[in-house]
Amino acid sequence: MHIAVCIKQVPDSAQIRVHPVTNTIMRQGVPAIINPFDLFALEEALCLKDRFGARVTVLSMGPLQAEEAMKKALSFGADEAILVTDKVFAGADTLATSYALAAALRRLNEIDPIDIVFTGKQTIDGDTAQVGPGLAIRLGFQLLSYVSSIERIDPETREIIVHRRAEGGVQVLSSRLPCVITMLEGTNEMRFASMPDMFRAARFEVKYWNRDVAGIEDVKQVGLKGSPTVVNKVYAPRPKEVKAQFITGETPGRQADALVAKLFADHPEVASDLVSHLALLAGKGVSK
Amino acid sequence: MTEELKAAGSVSAKLPAERFDVIVVGAGPAGNAAAYTLAKSGLSVLQLERGEYPGSKNVQGAILYSNALEKIIPDFRDSAPLERHIVEQRFWLLDERSSLTSANYRSEEFNKPPYNRYTIIRARFDKWFSQKVQEAGALLICETTVTGLLRDNAGRVIGVSTERENGDIYADVVILADGVNSLVPSRAGLRPEIRTCDMALAVKEVLFLPKETIEQRFNISGSEGSVTEIAGGITHGMLGTAFIYTNKDSLAIGIGCILEGMKKQRVTPSELLEGLKNHPMVKPLIAGSEMKEYSAHMIPEGGYKTLPELYGDGWVIVGDSAGFVNAVHREGSNLAMTTGRIAAETIAALKAAGKPMSAANLAAYKESLDASFVMADMKKYQDMPDLLTNHPQYLGSYPSFISGALHDFLTVDGKSKAEKQHQIFQGLRQQRSLWGMLGDAYKFWRTFK
Repeated sequence: MHIAVCIKQVPDSAQIRVHPVTNTIMRQGVPAIINPFDLFALEEALCLKDRFGARVTVLSMGPLQAEEAMKKALSFGADEAILVTDKVFAGADTLATSYALAAALRRLNEIDPIDIVFTGKQTIDGDTAQVGPGLAIRLGFQLLSYVSSIERIDPETREIIVHRRAEGGVQVLSSRLPCVITMLEGTNEMRFASMPDMFRAARFEVKYWNRDVAGIEDVKQVGLKGSPTVVNKVYAPRPKEVKAQFITGETPGRQADALVAKLFADHPEVASDLVSHLALLAGKGVSK
Repeated sequence: MTEELKAAGSVSAKLPAERFDVIVVGAGPAGNAAAYTLAKSGLSVLQLERGEYPGSKNVQGAILYSNALEKIIPDFRDSAPLERHIVEQRFWLLDERSSLTSANYRSEEFNKPPYNRYTIIRARFDKWFSQKVQEAGALLICETTVTGLLRDNAGRVIGVSTERENGDIYADVVILADGVNSLVPSRAGLRPEIRTCDMALAVKEVLFLPKETIEQRFNISGSEGSVTEIAGGITHGMLGTAFIYTNKDSLAIGIGCILEGMKKQRVTPSELLEGLKNHPMVKPLIAGSEMKEYSAHMIPEGGYKTLPELYGDGWVIVGDSAGFVNAVHREGSNLAMTTGRIAAETIAALKAAGKPMSAANLAAYKESLDASFVMADMKKYQDMPDLLTNHPQYLGSYPSFISGALHDFLTVDGKSKAEKQHQIFQGLRQQRSLWGMLGDAYKFWRTFK
């Protein structure tokens, strides 16, 4: 079994600030991390490695600095790391990114046929959740998005059964390999790498694939040229200024009364809802 | 998933234990200086860092003293991320609420390259330094905490254990550069627990301000920078100092006091920093700024008398981990780099001569330190921590007396100058006897002698 995991190196969005004067994003000094959602995808792939002895190849499209993220993925136990990098890929939106990654995956598939492509549900910098589905369409693989767990894989029949979170419930889906799985967050916990794996990662030479190696001929499809998305404006939303109110009262009971009275006065609909709810409960009580 | 499968899936089962000439614990200035020097000498070096990346755990004001780094990387100025070179040093006495007494030293000599001191941003500087270490050939592994030292039957240190599975790693010698908390040497019984009276806690904020605003407010231009060192009532009479450093487009502002004092007075570091930031002499300098970074760190200020054994069979200790800080001159990172370099040079020389890393041979490290400015400076101020701890008037009542005296002297209110002088002197006498003052002056002079 061969599994490809597509990861992205992203700025740690928890540490990004907006410049107070120019309103632009201050990226300087913000540490780069593996997109947290991708870690769930990687761990799921590593679990399949443990279960089936699968080979795990980590793939990323990004600048040379992304090597750091690749090495980190290797330390967790990935077998191979390929960084798809080329100047022409710069400025790519999700359409152009999925084009370049799909090309690289096709090339990888020729070398070692891929059974599953994993991605995180979405990235924390773009938040679009489009690249995973884009890869499935471009590769002609089955698409299993928002997967919370893999129930069963039968390597013989190539059947796969997964749990997928949908609005209002969980779908249990049966599909077949090869497929693209986008993993939901919180589904597993990344393992703690062993010391020998840390050494292997530190010494590993990440493979670099440029557009030629990835088999991309039409440069109009990648990078800024291949990206129909236009960023119109970047701005920080102003937080709503609501003044805190202090409810006074001699005893906690009085304070609670005052709070309820205030809530009912400000939101009459809450009061009427509560009254009808209580009436309903009372009615049930009577019928018993 | 069973344990056997886990082992089969990882490479750990197949490889023999890792072995190096040297293991350096920590990737701060001391560890980087040591690892760089050793790797350049052709030794196999493993550097282990607890943080996510080199610099992620490190905090400093920060001033870089060129001399210490020049001796390691002579052409550092070509590639290191430097903020501003220092042309002016301001010494301030700030009372608790309202006044400022200052002495400035500025010289055009400081404007002539090669510059002697720079402000730096440690996160960037440490990344650069670590890059140099790796280019020199050392193997760096981050996010790995050393939990203990491995010893042979004779008690010689032969490597380190880490928190990771199959985490034992072997080396001929271990350099302990694990910083102020010095957890590895403490756990290994190589140094006594650090006392709260020997440890300062400093807090710092990096405040963003446009370049032009900084240059205007601090009377600097181009890549010029200034350093403001602050003492006085602003520390609530505790043993400590504060600072304001100018970066390119930010200010570093911080304050530090001995932990013991904070414990006794129940003052939190953030309260001290807020007091400093809201002082009327400081407030206009930082007005309109946005906080980019808040950090806190400890500084080992016990001085010469608290230095532990510096070497043993298979190990040496360098930098903050040993307590190499000159609290009087606000020097630490330069001592860290210098002790790291000298330890590395000692080890490289032993290796070249084919000698074992025994305590007897590693004693050469201490001998070199004794012959350098490091130990000379440490010894010079060895009585200072005790003096200031036992006589808080040096940083408590004397500074506030000076500002009070100047206030009275400069207030024109119809009293004769002779009467004012008499009043001021009487005021001082109320706080301290004449013999007490003379004694203080003598003791103070002795510690600098």
